[in-house]
This record gives sequence, structure tokens and C-alpha cells, in this order.
Amino acid sequence: MGRYLLRRLINHVALVLIAASLTYFLAAISLNPRANFAGRNPPVAASSVTATLNDYNLNPDTPVVVRFAHWANGVAHGDLGRTVTGGEVNDEFARRVGVSTRLLLIATILGSIGGVLVGAWGAIRQYRTSDRVTTLASFFVLAMPVFVIAVTFKLWAIDINDAVGHKVIEYTGEYDPGLTGTGEILLSRLQHLLLPSLTLIVIQVALYSRYQRSTMLDVLGSDFLRTARAKGLSRRAALMKHGLRTAVLPVVPLLVYNVVLLFTGATFTEKIYGWHGMGEWLVNSISTNDVNAVAAVGMFTAFVVLIAGLLSDVLYAALDPRVRVR
Amino acid sequence: MAVQTPSVQPPSQAPAAPGDQPARRRASGRLRLTAVRFSRNRMALFGLVMLVLLFLMAYVSPLFYKWDYTELDFTAFQKPPSGEHWFGTDQTGSDLFALTARGMQKSLVIGILTGLICTFVAAAVGAGAGYFGGWTDRSLMWVVDLLLVMPSFLIIAVLSPLFQGTTWLVFVVLLAAFSWMITGRVVRSMTLTLKDREFVKAAKYMGVPAPVIIFRHILPSMASMLIIDGTIQVGAAIIGETSLSYFGFGVQSPDVSLGTVIATGTPAAPSFPWLFYFPAGCLVLICLSIAFIGDGLRDALDPNSSGAKARAPRTAKSTSTEGRTS
Amino acid sequence: MSETPPALEVTDLHVSFPSEAGPVRAVRGVSFSVRPGEVLGIVGESGSGKSVSSLAVLGLLPETADIKGSVKLHGRELLELDDRDMTEIRGKDIAMVFQDPLSALTPVYSVGDQIVEALRIHQDLDKAQARKRAVELLDLVGIPDPARRAGAFPHEFSGGMRQRAMIAMAIANDPEVIIADEPTTALDVTIQAQILDVLKKAQEVTGAAIVMITHDLGVVAGFADRVQVMYAGRPVETGTVDDVYYRPRMPYTIGLLGSIPRLDDGGRHALTPIDGNPPSLVDLPAGCPFAARCPIATDLCRRVEPELTVREGGNHPTACHRSHELVAGGSLDPATIYPVPPLPKAPADSVPREDRTPVLEVDGLVKHFPLLYGAVVKRKVGEVRAVDGISFDIREGETLGLVGESGCGKTTTLLEILDLPSGQSGTVTVFGKDIRGLKGAERKALRRDLQVVFQDPMAALDPRMPVGDILGEPLKTHGWSRDRIAARVPELLGQVGLDPDHVDRFPAEFSGGQRQRISIARALALEPKLVVLDEPVSALDVSIQAGVLNLLDELKARMNLSYLFVAHDLSVVRHIADRIAVMYLGRIVELGSAEAVFGAPSHPYTQALLSAVPLPDPRKERERRRILLTGDLPSPADVPTGCRFRNRCPKFASLDESDRGRCREEDPAPTGLAGDHTAACHFAAAVTVV
Repeated sequence: MGRYLLRRLINHVALVLIAASLTYFLAAISLNPRANFAGRNPPVAASSVTATLNDYNLNPDTPVVVRFAHWANGVAHGDLGRTVTGGEVNDEFARRVGVSTRLLLIATILGSIGGVLVGAWGAIRQYRTSDRVTTLASFFVLAMPVFVIAVTFKLWAIDINDAVGHKVIEYTGEYDPGLTGTGEILLSRLQHLLLPSLTLIVIQVALYSRYQRSTMLDVLGSDFLRTARAKGLSRRAALMKHGLRTAVLPVVPLLVYNVVLLFTGATFTEKIYGWHGMGEWLVNSISTNDVNAVAAVGMFTAFVVLIAGLLSDVLYAALDPRVRVR
Repeated sequence: MAVQTPSVQPPSQAPAAPGDQPARRRASGRLRLTAVRFSRNRMALFGLVMLVLLFLMAYVSPLFYKWDYTELDFTAFQKPPSGEHWFGTDQTGSDLFALTARGMQKSLVIGILTGLICTFVAAAVGAGAGYFGGWTDRSLMWVVDLLLVMPSFLIIAVLSPLFQGTTWLVFVVLLAAFSWMITGRVVRSMTLTLKDREFVKAAKYMGVPAPVIIFRHILPSMASMLIIDGTIQVGAAIIGETSLSYFGFGVQSPDVSLGTVIATGTPAAPSFPWLFYFPAGCLVLICLSIAFIGDGLRDALDPNSSGAKARAPRTAKSTSTEGRTS
Repeated sequence: MSETPPALEVTDLHVSFPSEAGPVRAVRGVSFSVRPGEVLGIVGESGSGKSVSSLAVLGLLPETADIKGSVKLHGRELLELDDRDMTEIRGKDIAMVFQDPLSALTPVYSVGDQIVEALRIHQDLDKAQARKRAVELLDLVGIPDPARRAGAFPHEFSGGMRQRAMIAMAIANDPEVIIADEPTTALDVTIQAQILDVLKKAQEVTGAAIVMITHDLGVVAGFADRVQVMYAGRPVETGTVDDVYYRPRMPYTIGLLGSIPRLDDGGRHALTPIDGNPPSLVDLPAGCPFAARCPIATDLCRRVEPELTVREGGNHPTACHRSHELVAGGSLDPATIYPVPPLPKAPADSVPREDRTPVLEVDGLVKHFPLLYGAVVKRKVGEVRAVDGISFDIREGETLGLVGESGCGKTTTLLEILDLPSGQSGTVTVFGKDIRGLKGAERKALRRDLQVVFQDPMAALDPRMPVGDILGEPLKTHGWSRDRIAARVPELLGQVGLDPDHVDRFPAEFSGGQRQRISIARALALEPKLVVLDEPVSALDVSIQAGVLNLLDELKARMNLSYLFVAHDLSVVRHIADRIAVMYLGRIVELGSAEAVFGAPSHPYTQALLSAVPLPDPRKERERRRILLTGDLPSPADVPTGCRFRNRCPKFASLDESDRGRCREEDPAPTGLAGDHTAACHFAAAVTVV
């Protein structure tokens, strides 16, 4: 088993490296960091721009293979290079992972629990009004691109704030840097957290509830649920103890997969609500021609996909006695 | 973007086992049965009518509508909807209805083309990998793994300057290239199951060559899944396209898509909400109708899928019970 | 015994389900009662409403079901109770054993936990007490090492063990009534014998009344006291087993008894099939539902549905207008109302076996698979010796029955022959050609002469192709012209007894038996010499089975075919095979002519297998002494040393130590007995078991 896992890990690491390298090449070829210095006031001398770009390993005139070699050497030593403004990509990276984690933690927990409950409840009450309403609602949410949801919430928040007369709901940034007291800072953070969390929760509940509803429906017709009832369990007890427990198993790995992917998938939410997380970086690094940052994000995305896959596989094996590795 | 993955279909099964008595059904009867089942699903019917109306709005309304999307009305800047300008105007005096219709044209075409390419590639790769197995399978699945690990949003975004000067068709190809993998995997696993089905084995033992088996027996057996999935892919592609375009990484000017129309309207939306709500509403309606149609198709084509199966009592296996409309 | 009041009494039960086509009247007036300690067998084919009735008794039907009538437990009406009150009764007063023990146990809880749960719902036990009791129960139903096995999950149990665990759960609360719904249908015949034994024991321990639901007239013959035969949702005949089996008075029962292939009726003869199919329960025609298939139906039968009535004061109610004519001395003889089709004589029968050319020779065939473990992380942990060196041959015009229980390697053998692979070891020679050296064109030519019929007729036909295309496919593949195909297809349909005009119908428009006929027609399209039949009738109801078996026999004689007939059901093989090969764990343990193998079985496994097959004959069943095998079939990944049957072998148990040593160390080779009858046993000796 060890050998198998190792082989699989090597294969996956190779995939990540290939993905990251490809991303670097594409970014290095098509993005032009020199453009960032154009139109500056006062204008920057061409020679000094070139010097700066050379310093950051961002000069488009350097052959791309040479730049790649330099970059790859740095990556091998744990250095992701310099951003277009001269900062360390590593520092920016760490900061942004922190921001994304703070944003995602509450939203994913609530979203997952909510999704499972709504889905299971819908399945149990199949074709009753409550099931129809939740099904319709999740269809609606899934038919909306995230940016539409986020912008709509933002517009609603503005309306509410206008109606109340002062800013109850914040929609830009992570916190208000002007505040001092602990309580005030905490409150401000919560105010800022509300809208992006709500966006993420709504989307996750809609998605996970679809999965949960369909696995739960499969279980509802199962023989073992009939056995549980034939033993003398009430419908409710049988559904909870035998039905939900079995129906959640296949959903959990899927859920974990999607949650992990959110680390770079919360792009729209972060961008629209001005949270400086990994997702926002993805958009901003391209807009600012930040080649090294783009490569870092690309590598991180590939890595996240991998971890998500591995984690959900391991969970699947750990949770289900039918495939549990002894 | 990650949360918008197309839902994965459970492998479809053989059509419902009919009663033990020979039922009188013909080929055309089957088509009619599908149509009857579909039309009994009110949501699906609503989706179909809605989509037809949206198509008419996109392609027919410009023929008689007073304003062209390139025309500017210098007497009306940021005017709310009226008889003159159905969806109002923006800050340059462009007519929003004309713009939206034009954007929908592009978005619909991109969605349909992407869905078609994507389904075709998924069917070809998945069936080939599943049926031939061995090295064919391993190398094709490696490509799938790689594409799944690649940060698709990032790569399309990075490459967006490339199709700025050329054609949006490059964008379609890129969108399709990154969205067929999950379906491909489903097709592969269905092929693996079908390969062991007795009618496929019977053909093999008759001496029928492998490519003929794939096209005569295997792909037709999953036609319903491919149709349903293709529909869902169209929706997913439209969401993907508008999301990218919203951030300026998708359709480039002078082309107009719903994403760019919404993006232009968003900054002014707090004061002039129609600039956001009208195009965004049209986008949501398109995706919602497609989702409803996909769901209706699943019920009509694949009555044995998990949803319909759980609906029929297991004890009376000769018939399925009440229809969806109850 | 008739003094005791019934434990369970069902009166005029009706159940219907709504459906797209209208209400499905699944149960239409079922009445029965069972007394404590009594066994009632409810027999019927699929769709006869027998399982629905039992679920209705327990109140476990979906809410959409419309239930009318009366179900009384010790005089207490159950249909009026709400779900909460029924919860008190389910599992405590009435327990249920379901058909498929794998899907009937929750996969995520251990077997022990599920029994503990059943105990603690109805009894005031703490966890440790309940655990102790659960282990006792597992011990009672014969699970070895119960304390350890209680912690195992359902998927870690074999089918037989799971069913034992289900029975343990059913008797946990000492129920008044046990309803067993096809408890042995999913099991192999030797395991079936074990489970019936456990059920008997469970009844002795609890003194419960048992309602045994089955499609197999053999299973209930020796097990039940009374039998109720169901057809199209209602009982058509009820009585003591002797009355129903020896003095049937309803044509359906008579036909059913005549269509069962029996192990004990001396060799090959045509079975009496019941023509037609059971009616749809959606809109039943007026009159007797069996009238369309009944050989003695009258106008009255087609107009008025007969009630289940007791005539001439007996204890043997029958729902038939003409049952009074079917009694002893009546104007109709139950034995002759169904026409017995003549069995044609095959041309090969007149030629001695050794003078006929061999069509298939298998010599020392081996097929081993790597054993993979784990769903996520797959690794090879061993080797499955699915086929481990087997040899047999089939001559022209001959049927070889390859029998064995699931996992014995019979399907692998068949696929090895059909795949025409190079093989791992051993040779396969088809029509005198070693398949190893064959190139593309030769292989294709060989495929023309070697055809296959699969088990499940629905799965074997592409549901998207009309019958004409299905039958045309082999012809097209082998280069027939369009015109020739168009002429050949109706001819083929006629040959297998179907309407030649039905070429543009789809498989779904045919019944199971008709679909299997299409499968057979497809196999015959190219006029092959050898047809491989993989369990061709096991997916069909008995009354349909007989017709297909007769057809196979007839075609064989007419076209001078050879069959390799793979089956698990020895009674079926008894009726069709000239020669028998019995497989156990990848080996053929006994091989010989049907007369020799059935008449003088010499390998202990064959003997046990034959003795486990139930006979539809109550008296014989009561008198028979079963050879019960211990344990389950070992995994082909873990084959015992020496004789691979020894740890389950009743003969081994009776040997002295020095003889046992031989069985442990020396792998027995097939030894010749009389004629070409061989058995792979060191101590082979013929025994009469049927």
C-alpha cells in the first residue's frame, strides 16, 4: 500500500509541476509587466524600468526559458519570486491564505451543515411543498453566476443601509482599519463578514443539498431502511439512524472536495467584496501583469485540486466500512 | 467558479422493465412518450417556453426594435425603462435592451457551441478510454487529470489578450477544453459498465469490431445521459463565459456579451439599478430555463434515474407510480 | 391443533398502488391464517402479490398504497393502528426475514450492533446485556466464533451468514409470527438447505408461526404445513401440503407442478409449459385471470372470476369454476389437461458417443486472476484461482451440463472459451482447432460456429434496436446481403415460436420468456454447431422456464446442435443434459453421463449438492435425510491444500486419521468409475441420494 500511495503521490506531484510550469510559461509569454510602468507620472526612465524588471526576473526581453530556469530554481528553494511591485511573493501568499481562511471558515461549516440538512429534509418530504420550494430555490441559486449573487446582495445591502440611515452592513474589505477597541473591531469584522459569508453559504447550501437530496432518495427506497422499520424503529428513528447516516457517507468526500477547492474558487466573492484573499489575487495578478504571482496562484490552484482529491479519497475510505482500508 | 461544476449524472440504466405482458410501443411511440413525460413536467415546460422567448428576444427583436446596440441617444442618459427605451439607457445613452439582446446573442451561441464540443469530446475520449482500456485508458485519463489540475480560469484569463484581436471562437475552444473532463470520466465509467453488459458481450462474441460496437451499442445506450449532460453544459458554459467576461477576461470589445454588459452596468447600479438588474435578470432566466429543461429531460429520457426510481414503490415493480405533476 | 386460535389472521386484504397507467391492483382479496407453531407457505410467481401482502401485514408499504381488509394479530386489528402503535408490534410480535440479506442490512453498522439495536428497541437491556444476548443469538443461528463475528460489517459476511444474522435479528424478541419473504432465493442450494435448517430451529426456539413466501414449490414442500398458491394478486388454491401437491384442483397449480423440472422423475422428458404470461395487474380482464392460459377454460371462466370456495366440505378451498371436475373420479384428469409436447429424437442419439466428433475439447484449462484489495488503494494481495485445471469434451449433438454453486468457476470457464484468448495454461480446442494459434479471420470464422445465450434476456438484447436488427446483427457481421438477412429474420422468429411479423418490435415489447427466445434465435442465426448457454432459464418464472427448455431440446434435435449448458440448478440440468460436469472451487469434481452422475453420485460434494435440492413432493421431502455441508464455499483465493473439499466434506469427517492425511496432502485426480464416469475423490463411492 505504501508503494502504491507513493507512486500516486509522485504522479500527482508531477501533475502539479507540469501545471505550474505551463502556467508560468503562458503568463510569462502573454503578460507584459513593462506596461505597468508606462504612463507613470513622473515618467520612469526606460533603463531603470529594465533594471527593476531584471531585478524581479520579470523582463519580457529576457528569453522565457532563462526566466523560467531562474524562477524554477527559486521555487525549488522555497522562493516564489518577487511581485511586480517588488514585494516577496511568499509574504503576499501567506497573508492572502490567511485572509481566505478567515473568510471561508464559518461559511463552509454553515454551508455544509445547511446543505446536508436541506437536502435530506427535501428528500424525506419529496414532492411536498417544502421540497418543491427548496428545490426551486436551489435551481435559482445554481442558475446564477456568483458575481450576480454577490452584486445583488451588495445592492440590497446598500438599500438597507440607506433605509436605516447608517452603515449596518459592510460590503468592502475585511475590517475597518480606523477602529481601536476590541469589541468594536470584532463587531466591525462581523459586519464585514456577513455579506461574503452569506453569498458563499447560499451557493454551498444550494449545491450540497442537491447531492444530499439525491443520495438520500436512493437510501429512502433501500431494503435496509425497511429492515430497520421491520425491527420496530419508528420512521423518524430509522431515517435518522440508518438513512441519513448512510446517505451522508458519499456526500462527505464530495463536500470536502468542494470546500477545499473554494480556497481559490471564492474569486468572485473576494473580488466583489474587496477581501484580499487568494481568489482576488488570481484576478488582480493578471490585471497587474504580475507573472510570478500568477504562477504562484496557478501552482497553488493545482495543489489545492490535488489535496482536495486526495483528502476526499482518504475520507471516503475512512468513513465507509465497505471500503475501509484495514 | 469551482462551485459551478456541472452535476454528475448517475449512470443510466436500461429502460424501465415493462410489465410482463407485451406492451404495444413503437419507435415513434417512444419519442412521443418522452415528449409526454417532458410536457407533464411544468418546470421543464416553463423552461422551454422561456428559452424560446429569450431566443426570440436575442435574435428577432433587433429586427424591429427602434434602437441599435451601437446607437447612442444623446437625449437620454441613464434614463429608467420607458416605452422609448424598454430597459432604460446607460451613461453614454446606449439603449440597454438593444445591448442586452446583442449580448444574449453572443452568450447563447458561445454556450451552445461549447456544450456541443464539450459533449462530443467527452463521449469520444470517455468511450475510447473505457472500451479499449490499457494504455489508451491510462494516457487519456492522465490528460483528464492534468486538465483538472490546471487552473482553468487563470489560464483562460491569461490567454485572453490573445483572442482580443482575433475571434471569440478561440475563447469557445478554450472554454470547451476545460469543461469536458468530468463528463468524460462519467462516460468512461458508464462504458466500463456497458462493456460487461450482456448485449455488448453478445456483439463481441458475434465478431462485431470494436469501433462498430462503440457507435452501434455503447454510445446510443448513453444517449440520454449525453443529451442531458450537454444541456447542463450549455448552462455551465454560459455561466463560465459571462463570469470571465465580467472581469474582462472573456469576450473582448467590439464583441458584446451579457457578461460585458453587466460589468459595464455594475458600477452605476446603486443609483441606476436597471443597468444591473435587467441584463443580470436575462442571464439568470437563460440559465434557469436551461436547468429546468435539463431536469425535465432527465425525468423524460431516463425514468430509471435515482429520482424517478425512488418514486416508484419497490413492491409493485411492473409500473412506476404517479407522475411528477401530482 | 385446529383448536388453537390463529396467531395471525388476514381477511380479504386488498392493496392497490396508483400508477401512470391506472391503479395497480397488486393484492385482490387475500385471506389466510396461521396458528402458533404452524408454517404456511405462500407460493406464487413474480407479480402474484405475495410480497406485497406481507409488507401490508407489517404496515411497511409506501403511503401511496391503498390498503383494505383486515389483519388481526391474536384478534387485534392491525390495519387500524397508527404507525406509533405498529412500531410496538414490528420486530416484537411480527418479525420479518427479507430476501436479499446484503441490501437488507445497513452497510455502515456492524452485524452485532444491528442485533443489539433490535433487542434494545423492545427490551429493557443495557448495552452489555444486549451485546451478550446478540452473541448468543448469533451462536444459535450457527455463526462460528460469534463473539468476534458480531463486530463484522455485513459486507464481510457471506450471503448465507448474512441470512443467518437476519434470522437472529428476527428471533431476537421472541416473535409470535415470523414472515420470511423468499429467504433462500438469493442463496446457493447447499446454503439454502442450511438456512432452512436454521429457520426450522428458530421456529422450535420461539414457537412462532411462520409465513414462508416463495416462488419455489420445492422449498415449501418439506417445510410448510399448509400452502397457499397465489396468482394475479389473489389466492387460487389453499390446503395442506399433501392436498395441494398430490390432489391439486386448480389448473394453475396443476400446470405449475407439471412445469417444474424435478430431480426425481427419471431423466429426460418434455416438461409441460403453461402457455402465455401472467396478466397485467393494471387493468385485469373480466373473468378468471388465468383463463387466457388455462387449457380447460370455458365461457363462464372468461366472464366471471371464481371465488375461493370450499367445495364438498373439505379443507381445500379452490378458486376455479371447474375444480369439482378435477377431483379424483371427476370428469377431468389433472394429469392430462395440459398437452405434453413430444420430445423429438436427435439424430446423434442413435450414434454411440465415441463415434461422434468432438466439437469442444478443454484440457487442463487454468485461469487465475490477481486478487486486488481496497477501493481507493488497489494492490495485489493474492491470486484467485478461478479455474484451476479442468478438462472435458463435448461431442456432436450432445449437451454437457456444467453445474456448480456461485464462485465455483463455471462462468469463468465459459468466458475463457468464448473470449478465445491465448489462455494461461491448458488448451481449448474448438472443432478440432486449437484456439491459441488463431489469427483474425480464423477467429471470426470460429465465432460463426460458436454462439452464446446469456442469462438475463433483457440485458442480452440492446433495448434500442428492433428485433429485426438484433437478429440481423450476426448475419451482417458475417457478410450476409441485405436481402438474405431480410428473408432469414422472419424464419428465425418462426423457429423459436414467435410471430414472424414482429420484426420491427423492440425487446421491451416482449415478455421475459419471449426475449429469451429472441436471444436463442440470434444465437442460431448463423447455424452454429455449438451453443454456449449461460444460465438461460434462471431469470425466468417456472411456468415460462419449461417452454424455453422444451424449445432448446427441440432445436438441438432438429439442428443437430451441441450445448454447453452452464447452470446452478441441478433439476434444470437433469432435464436437458446428456452429460454432467460438477464444479467445485475451480475444479471438475465429478464428470459423467447424466444417468451415472444423478443415479450413482460418487463424489461427496455431488452427493451433498443433490441432497440439498428440494423436491416438490412433501412425502419424499419429509422422509429425505439431507447431507448438510458445514460452512461456506471457501474463497478461490485461499484454496485448501490437498483435496479442496476436505474441510466441508462429510466423508472426510468419517475417515480415520491415516485416510484423512491423504486427503490433506494429496490433491485427488479424477479417477475412473464405471464407463467414462469420473470423480476426483480418494474415496469415491456411489450413494443414492434422490
